[in-house]
Amino acid sequence: MFSFKPDRSQYPAPGPDGKLQIDLETGKYLKLWQGPNHPGITGNMSVELTVCGDEVVEGKTHVGYLHRGFEKLMERRTFIQVFPIVCRVCVPEPDFNEYCYAAAVEDLAGIEAPEYAQWMRTLILEMGRFNSYMMFLGGIGGALGLGITGQWMTYVRDLMLDRFEELTGARIYHMFILPGGVRGHLPEGFEGRMEEVLDTAERYLADIDRVMFSNSVFKTRTKGVGVIDPALFEPYGVTGPNARAGGVAKDLRKDSPYLVYDQLDFEVATATDSDIFARATVRRADVQTSIDLIRQILKKMPKTGPAMAKIPNVLHWKIPRGETYIKGECSRGEYGYYLVTDGTGYPRRINVRGPSYTHAMALLEHLIPGTNISDVAALMVSLHTYPPEIER
Amino acid sequence: MGLREVLTPFTVWKHVFDDPVTIKQPIGRPAAERYRGFHQNDLDTCIGCGTCEAICQNGAIDMVAVAGYDPEKGNSGLKPQIDYGRCCWCALCVDVCMTGSLTMSNEYTWVDTDPDAFRFVPGLEEPWKDDEEGYEREGKRVLSGIERIHMEEMEPEARIGNFDEIVAGYSRAEAILEADRCVECGLCVATCPAHMSIPDYIAAVRDQDYDRGLQLLYETNPFSEVCGRVCTHKCEGSCAALHEGDPIAIRWLKRHIIDEVPFDRRIELIGQPAEPTGRKVAIIGAGPAGLTAAFDLARAGHGVVVYEALAHAGGMMRYGIPEYRLPYDALDRDIGVIEAMGVEIRTNCRVGRDVTMDELRRDHDAVVLTIGLHMGRSTRVPGTEGAGVEKAVDLLRRITDGEKVPLAEQIVVIGGGNVAMDIARSMARLQKAEFGKVGITLTALEDIDHFLADPEEVVESREEGVKIFDARGPQEVMRDAEGKVTGLRTWRVKSIFDAEGRFAPAYDQSDERVHAGSMVIEAIGQAADTSLLGAALTEALEWNRGRIKIDTAFRTSEPWLFAAGDAVKGPDVISAVADGHRVARTVMEKLAAREVAQ
Repeated sequence: MFSFKPDRSQYPAPGPDGKLQIDLETGKYLKLWQGPNHPGITGNMSVELTVCGDEVVEGKTHVGYLHRGFEKLMERRTFIQVFPIVCRVCVPEPDFNEYCYAAAVEDLAGIEAPEYAQWMRTLILEMGRFNSYMMFLGGIGGALGLGITGQWMTYVRDLMLDRFEELTGARIYHMFILPGGVRGHLPEGFEGRMEEVLDTAERYLADIDRVMFSNSVFKTRTKGVGVIDPALFEPYGVTGPNARAGGVAKDLRKDSPYLVYDQLDFEVATATDSDIFARATVRRADVQTSIDLIRQILKKMPKTGPAMAKIPNVLHWKIPRGETYIKGECSRGEYGYYLVTDGTGYPRRINVRGPSYTHAMALLEHLIPGTNISDVAALMVSLHTYPPEIER
Repeated sequence: MGLREVLTPFTVWKHVFDDPVTIKQPIGRPAAERYRGFHQNDLDTCIGCGTCEAICQNGAIDMVAVAGYDPEKGNSGLKPQIDYGRCCWCALCVDVCMTGSLTMSNEYTWVDTDPDAFRFVPGLEEPWKDDEEGYEREGKRVLSGIERIHMEEMEPEARIGNFDEIVAGYSRAEAILEADRCVECGLCVATCPAHMSIPDYIAAVRDQDYDRGLQLLYETNPFSEVCGRVCTHKCEGSCAALHEGDPIAIRWLKRHIIDEVPFDRRIELIGQPAEPTGRKVAIIGAGPAGLTAAFDLARAGHGVVVYEALAHAGGMMRYGIPEYRLPYDALDRDIGVIEAMGVEIRTNCRVGRDVTMDELRRDHDAVVLTIGLHMGRSTRVPGTEGAGVEKAVDLLRRITDGEKVPLAEQIVVIGGGNVAMDIARSMARLQKAEFGKVGITLTALEDIDHFLADPEEVVESREEGVKIFDARGPQEVMRDAEGKVTGLRTWRVKSIFDAEGRFAPAYDQSDERVHAGSMVIEAIGQAADTSLLGAALTEALEWNRGRIKIDTAFRTSEPWLFAAGDAVKGPDVISAVADGHRVARTVMEKLAAREVAQ
């Protein structure tokens, strides 16, 4: 009914530089900018599409709308002053930046965060992952015209933001994971209120299952569309749910456990088809994993204990010469901070490895040709990319 | 694709009957207890240390003067002004605040048409200064370290039998850790009488740059080795770190720098004095004020001769402070540096006996009087006349000179200041050596919470076996039929000062106590011996309550004579050093003015 069979033979062959030799004067092709302000784009970036009819012949990604030079800004700030800005590298899931930066500093400064802080960090990261997936589930429905999922998931995400607010003091940029530990303990009665949120979330997720994953329109438009050949995973640096949807059961929480993940019980969700639908189902399963993990953490984590390790006076904190790479599994794949110190009070170099960098640019450009113009938005959302983290 | 997959999505129509989940008006919704809203500041607690300004990565905070809040000891009087066009609400300023005065309200939103309204001094202007509190840090500040690094010292049992120095000094590692705690607010600089550049030399310790540290010390204090041991460290009393923990061990860090730089290197780093000017200045008294003035004048190229009545230079630093607190070789090194600048110190040369004031005036371009307070005062209660009653300063001087001093198995000390502690602890050491045990009773007018002595002196005295009776007023030195001292009779003190604030102790006579002892030592204060001036000069000078009157530049009423130090001002070494600098500057200004006139 909705089948779309692209026929590459009708277009000129790519030139030696890999680009199509297209003459726009012929009137056969049209240049179309999807973004930077467009409901079918994830965040502030744009895709320059060359279309022929409703078939996309070529897509070129344009980023830079959100470039704020964070990595350079960090080099001009003391180690503690970097802390408030790292979260801004990725708006929807800021906590991973806080964790990676804090862990990198601790690694080079020879500090170990207390056990309570380790559990708290894990809790924060899972709450952040949950919220990130709320945005995905809302977004993927929205990209296909199913607006209600966006409204529901925004509501559920907002409930989780309430929990973030009472725990960390902020809704979006939590600034809670300090080098050395975390800034506080669980407020009283937090577990009960969190359970209410998780219950509500599960009810709405059940509705998502009915309205989206059991929806014939959704299935038809996503199954077999935007397939990533597993052979591309390695050359294109594909990690996280995008790879797991293609049968690669890789998850840093399992493969190289950090924080307290080795004390938690969970399975890594995978799928085989590597299409938009598979990627969505992997993420749907991941949300449930996060919900279960939050419950487990609240049950298992120590009730008391220091939240912060003893750290030097932050006003003139110097860290010995060294380099380290701290990585973790965020909702989109491997997230990492590469920190180089030179013995002064400032980082010599910080490099942020965000999964969106590969997924939203090289991979997307590779996947776009041959798709239907109406599927570009869904394809893009299915890769679950966040432009702020591409550009830093 | 079955029919089920077409129909199932419609089941969610049930939500039509749900209440709306969105809130029409978010403003007014209560925020969480920890919410980081706009700042609040308890201005009476805020000390204006500027740590918030230092940590802010946005440059959103400026320390500004605020009407009604003046600078005072340990308080700059400045308050943080926050620019919400720059603030990112990270609350590091709250976490690092040294007093805990800075917190945040839990106000979500704020709408105003005037952009300037978003830059204000929290706690002063805005409506939510009284709002419910939002974010405040958990527990005490953790970002700058609240515990002082302990300095090793001798155990009471080990130290009571000798006059060895009690504290060991910091190791490098310890010093770096302690120096790390400093937040560089500079409140200490304002408090220090000599305005030593404390944060800078502490930074030098952190950087392990002891050469720089030493040069910084000598910019303001040629007695850094002495002050590194016995300074009254008023700086630590105004330290921002004091508010939630221990103040920085500023005194010990100063000592650490000196300990790390060999004597010869010290002279090398300070460098040669200026070319000789041909001017000559006489200084009477080789105490901290006189020698500091001598150092400054010699550095400027003037010829300086210091006349000292006693056998060694140092004044009260040598003859008043026991060796276990200030070893003589430490003092000698400080004096050695001053001598290396070309200062001539003539010891055993008493003005008035070996040389007259007139001669000094004739042979020099200026004369500076820094004679200190070497005469002990007496309580003048019945029985103080005669054998068995001594004055603390006399005894301390004789102990320094190595003389055999009178000793008894049970001694009563009158006084609650540092001199009383010094003599009590010195005599305790002599008792231990002579009799094998300590028998010292110390009585003071003040109650223990208002003792004039440093708290650590009180603690250490007690550790060494000194029994302290506070709020006791001496009434009589008891003597037996043969006139031998048998003890001190005291009444309990009800108040020390009268309603006008004058010294007028009131006693509770019903609470009488006799402190047994065959020797009584008075340590209630000292006076200057001004007999060296001679009758004519004494008559010519203006006086102020028994002290030579000076103006703010340390000029006496005689244009050629200047005076400084304990004899005119007091009360401690570092103040004497500060006075020494000031009087030297005045003398130099006078010499320069004369240069122009000629």
